[in-house]
Amino acid sequence: MINLTINGLDVSVEEGTTVLEAARFFGFPIPTLCHNDGLTPLGACRLCVVEIGEEPGTNLVSSCTYPAEEGLKVRTASERVIRSRKMILELLLASCPQSKIIQDLAAAHNVKTQRFKQEYEDCILCGLCVRMCTEQMMAKAIGFSGRGENRRIGTPFDIKSDVCRLCGACMYICPACQLRCTYTEPEKAICGACANLSPPCLEKEGFNDMMCYMSPCVACEIKKD
Amino acid sequence: MNNENILKILEKNNGNQGGLISVLEEIQTVYGYLPEDALRIVADRTDNSLVDIFGVATFYKAFSLKPRGKHIIMACLGTACHVRGAPKVVDEFEQQLGIKAGETTLDKEFTLETVNCLGACALGPTVVVDGHYFSHATLSKVKGIIKNTLEGLDTIDIKTDKRVFPVEASCSVCNHSLTDSTYLIDGYPSICVTVSFGRKKGWLRLSSLYGSLNFASEHEVPPDSLSHYFCPYCRKELLSISNCPECGEPMAAMWVYDGFTMHVCTRGGCKGHMLDLNQTSGNLLDALFRTDR
Repeated sequence: MINLTINGLDVSVEEGTTVLEAARFFGFPIPTLCHNDGLTPLGACRLCVVEIGEEPGTNLVSSCTYPAEEGLKVRTASERVIRSRKMILELLLASCPQSKIIQDLAAAHNVKTQRFKQEYEDCILCGLCVRMCTEQMMAKAIGFSGRGENRRIGTPFDIKSDVCRLCGACMYICPACQLRCTYTEPEKAICGACANLSPPCLEKEGFNDMMCYMSPCVACEIKKD
Repeated sequence: MNNENILKILEKNNGNQGGLISVLEEIQTVYGYLPEDALRIVADRTDNSLVDIFGVATFYKAFSLKPRGKHIIMACLGTACHVRGAPKVVDEFEQQLGIKAGETTLDKEFTLETVNCLGACALGPTVVVDGHYFSHATLSKVKGIIKNTLEGLDTIDIKTDKRVFPVEASCSVCNHSLTDSTYLIDGYPSICVTVSFGRKKGWLRLSSLYGSLNFASEHEVPPDSLSHYFCPYCRKELLSISNCPECGEPMAAMWVYDGFTMHVCTRGGCKGHMLDLNQTSGNLLDALFRTDR
C-alpha cells in the first residue's frame, strides 16, 4: 500500500493506482475529457491537472497518467489548478465550440470568456477514438498522423481502411461528434444555455415520464431534494 | 515497383525490434520516397500496423510519401538564414525551377524543400543539394547551383581536390604489388586486378588516386552486376569482410601503405569505397606506436 495525502487527507491506495483513480475513490472530483475507464490513459486534454509537491516548487501534472507515490502531496482544487483548468477549457472552446461536453464543462467551471482566436476545427485530438479503435475494437483502423499543427486523426492515406468494420465506436466515444451544442450565436464561443436554462419540465404534468437530454438534469436534482 | 527489394530490406532488419525507422529509411533510399504499396508490405510482414507506420512516415520530415526528384534542393529558412535573405533565395529557386517549395519539377529532376535549420548558421543562407553544402547563397548563385547539380556534383576535379591522393595497392593475400606502371590512369600508374562477372573474366585497372572513380576494363561491366576481384599474381580472391557503405553489397579488399585496407564496392556502377584504418597489420601499428613515443 502506498500512503499519500490528497487535499490534506491521509489516504493509502494500492500500488499502480493513478492519482486520478485515488482522488475519485476518496471522493474528490477531478474533471476529465480524454479519460475513459476502459482505455489506457493518454493525458492529452490536460483537464485533470492536479498540483503535487509542497510550496515552493509545486508541479502541475495530469493526474490520469501520474502514478500514486509514497508521501505524495496532491491538491486537486488549488487556485493554480482551477486557473489552469479554466485556461485549458478556454483553449478547448477556442478549437471546438460545438461540443456539448466541452460547453457543459465550461459552464460547470464558470468560464465566462474565451480570449483566443475562434476556430471551428472540431477535432481536439484527445485520442479517444484512436484508443477505442485499437484497444476495444482491436482494429487499428485510425491513428494520428503528422506533427505539430498538422497533427490529425485519420486512416492511412485517407482512404477507406481495410481493417475498419464501420462499427462506429470512434463516433460513439468522440466528445466532439457525439453531442452537438447547437447554440445560436456561432461567433460567441460560450453558449451556457443549458446551464442558465430554467428547468422546463418542473411545471409540466407527467414529469417523471419525460425524456430528458440533460445530464445532470437540474430539475431532477431539485425534485430529489 | 519491385517487391523483392522491400522484402530484402525487411529481411536485413528482421528481428530488430523498433527497426521501423531504419526500414523506412532504406526504402526511401531505394525509391526516393515511401510508396504506398511498400508501406503495406512492411505492415504485412512486421508487427506494426499500417496506422502506426503511416503515423511514423508522416511524423518525420525526412520521409516523403510523394515521389521526389532526382536532386533534392534544401534551402534553409532558419532565423539566421532568414535575416540574411534566404526567403529571396527560395523565391529565386522557385522562379528558376518553376515550382513552389515542397514541389517537384515535371521532369522529376528537382525537388525544392525548405528546412528550418541546417546547423550551419554562420554560413547562411545555406542551400544543400544532395548532401553538398552551398554557403552564402545569393540570388546570383542560384543559377550556378542548378547548373552544377545538372552537371553532377560528385565529379571530383583530381588536379585541385585535396581529398584525392595516390595510393600504392598490394594484394591482401600475397602482398604482391598491384601497381601497373605500363597503364596510366589520371596520369598515375594504375591498380591492376582480375575480375570475373557472369561468365566473363578480364582485367580491370583502377585509378590509384584515392577518391578518383576512373577505371578501365577489358569488358564493359554491366551496371548492378556483382563481380569478383582476384589478384593477378596469386589468383586468390580479394575478399573483404565489410559490405559497401553505400549499397550494402560485398566489397573487395586490398592493402595500401603497408597494411591499411582499401575496400572497393564490387557492384557495377557503385561508387562505394573506403579506407579501413582498423585492419592494419601488426608492423604498421608497431611503427605508429613507436613514433608516438
